Amino acid sequence: MSTGLFVVQVLNGLQFGVLLFLIAAGLTLVFGVMDFINLAHGVQYMLGAYLAVAFYALTGNFLIALVLALAAALVFGLLLEFLVFRHLYDRDHLEQVIATFGIIIFLNQAVKTVWGAAPLTLPIPEIFTGSIVLMPGLLYPVWRLVIIASGLAVGLLLYVLVSHTRVGMLVRAGATNARIVSALGVDIRRLFMIVFGFGTMLAAFAGAMIAPILSVEPGMGDTVLILAFVVIVIGGIGSMRGAFLAALLIGLVDTLGRSFATDILRLVMPPSPARTVGPAIASMLIYVLMALVLYFRPAGLFPVRGR
Amino acid sequence: MGTSKLLTTVAAIALFGAAGHAQAQEKLKVGVIATLSGPPAVLGQQLRNGFQLAVKNLGGKLGGREVELVVEDDELKPDVAVNKAKGLVDRTKADFVVGPIFSNILIAIMKPVTDAGTILISPNAGTSNFAGKECNPNFFVTSYQNDQNHEVMGKYAQDAGMKKVFLMAPNYQAGKDSIAGFKRYFKGDIADEVYVPLGQLDYSAELTKIAAASPDAIFVFLPGGMGVNFVKQFRQAGLADKVKFLSAFTVDESTLPAQKEAALGFYGGANWAPNLDNPQNKKFVADYEKEYNAVPATYAFQAYDAALLIDGALKLTKGNTSDKDALRAALMKANFTSLRGGFKFNTNHYPIQNFYQVKVAQRADGKFETQIDKKVFDGYSDPYAKDCPMK
Repeated sequence: MSTGLFVVQVLNGLQFGVLLFLIAAGLTLVFGVMDFINLAHGVQYMLGAYLAVAFYALTGNFLIALVLALAAALVFGLLLEFLVFRHLYDRDHLEQVIATFGIIIFLNQAVKTVWGAAPLTLPIPEIFTGSIVLMPGLLYPVWRLVIIASGLAVGLLLYVLVSHTRVGMLVRAGATNARIVSALGVDIRRLFMIVFGFGTMLAAFAGAMIAPILSVEPGMGDTVLILAFVVIVIGGIGSMRGAFLAALLIGLVDTLGRSFATDILRLVMPPSPARTVGPAIASMLIYVLMALVLYFRPAGLFPVRGR
Repeated sequence: MGTSKLLTTVAAIALFGAAGHAQAQEKLKVGVIATLSGPPAVLGQQLRNGFQLAVKNLGGKLGGREVELVVEDDELKPDVAVNKAKGLVDRTKADFVVGPIFSNILIAIMKPVTDAGTILISPNAGTSNFAGKECNPNFFVTSYQNDQNHEVMGKYAQDAGMKKVFLMAPNYQAGKDSIAGFKRYFKGDIADEVYVPLGQLDYSAELTKIAAASPDAIFVFLPGGMGVNFVKQFRQAGLADKVKFLSAFTVDESTLPAQKEAALGFYGGANWAPNLDNPQNKKFVADYEKEYNAVPATYAFQAYDAALLIDGALKLTKGNTSDKDALRAALMKANFTSLRGGFKFNTNHYPIQNFYQVKVAQRADGKFETQIDKKVFDGYSDPYAKDCPMK
């Protein structure tokens, strides 16, 4: 285990963290502001990837495909909001879970009917197909750096929007106490619609950006959804800063766990049991972390004040 | 004997006779159970398509009897599969059940189907327990025993003189069997043995480990979307030129449409490839592509063979499925020309067949497929047959 290897794995962990943040950002926004559990966030992510593949097949240009996919996802998200979610804002969390879970099943099947069950692929845009040499024998695709950059850009954008604009102020006020904001004359329904639409676009953006390195298939949003929830629970619901830092923490813990758990165990036990126990522990680590955080800080690491 | 009693007896005899004769005209009920939802749905679809194509090519009949096909989705959930299998046996009264794709489903439905006396034919899953100690007279396999495809790669690596190999598989029973199968024939140095969580998306950490270990080759078993992700990321990390890619069930016709050029030149272990050179296979591949607009994978051809197996057996029993002993004996004879050429059943009802090292290539029409490179095993039986009490 050399320092070079360790440094590269730390970089991998941070990259995975930024990927998670990109996915979780929209979810924490919606959950934090509207107190709405949106399980359909995972399928919105999947839809973004599928729409990007579809528009790329039509136009042959990644950027145009991305923009069109975001627009289409926004329209679809607003449609969902109008048809389904709008009626659920005042309801119990459990009813929101059941309704959005139904949307997951519906969209997974719809995607399979339209595009088929086989995995699809999206090629990396021409200018970003290069790689940099990370260590002897290992290349790092430039596209992954683009994903990191876009994740950081989204983080910055959200920070600026939420802290330094009027809309952001209304969003933060709505997250603290929606009724009072409404009583002050703000159209809370329209605010919710804007927030929800934005959350959908963030999910779709994450899906489209990640599609070139992952397979696009029905059900791809389900694993990702669980990770996103772990991120926002650890980070603190509604907190952008919490989501960012929690995502980095989870990315690091998961990656370093997978890389070194078996090697660390081999110091205390023979190789064969270490090979069985190591992966088991590595895959449990982030959930153990979540349990610990919930025990010591139930509101998350960076909770939004005034809840 | 009174007149009414005589009449009743005559009527009974007549009905008996008529019933025995009518059976040959009765529809043959076949239940197909496969995973048709979720990410692995494409595999179940290939299985169903392969079977339906065979029935179509035989004029809608198997062994001269018209076929009534009932297709069920096991949703990759053992409890759902058990319910659907029981439905096929009790409600549909299926004579044959064909399926499943996945080993955990096979283990779940074995007892409900075979205990009722129904013949179960698996065109994909071939677990070791049913090849050995728990072998079952009502169970037949037209695919392989699960370990064999991995053993092919192990032998290939050993014969090719590879010194250091990095192993990776998902952390569940099939993954562990895969690595065990490879190690049965490969006696060189194992650089590392990594088990990843099922459904893992991002392999940066593992790719870094592979690069640090600098092996001659890697052997992976990463089915479905996992294989698509890994192949793409492996190629993007620039490792494809330095490390040989050996695999089983990772680069096949179900995942190649997504992997495309990233998988070019990668190796796999299989009992068949679309370019296997014999007339019946060439016709099958052409028919399948025309009907379903996709290149067939092993799931499709093995299901096609399952239909041919049933057809051949029923020809021997003259369409009779009520005499179970005769039916089983007829099935054992494997009275059909398999798409893979030579086909024989071992005492445990698993096939004895050839295995090949295959390579991913691009066809002239732009589609991707695996092609046979080298024969690795000739007439190979699985290692568990000796434990089976059936002789």
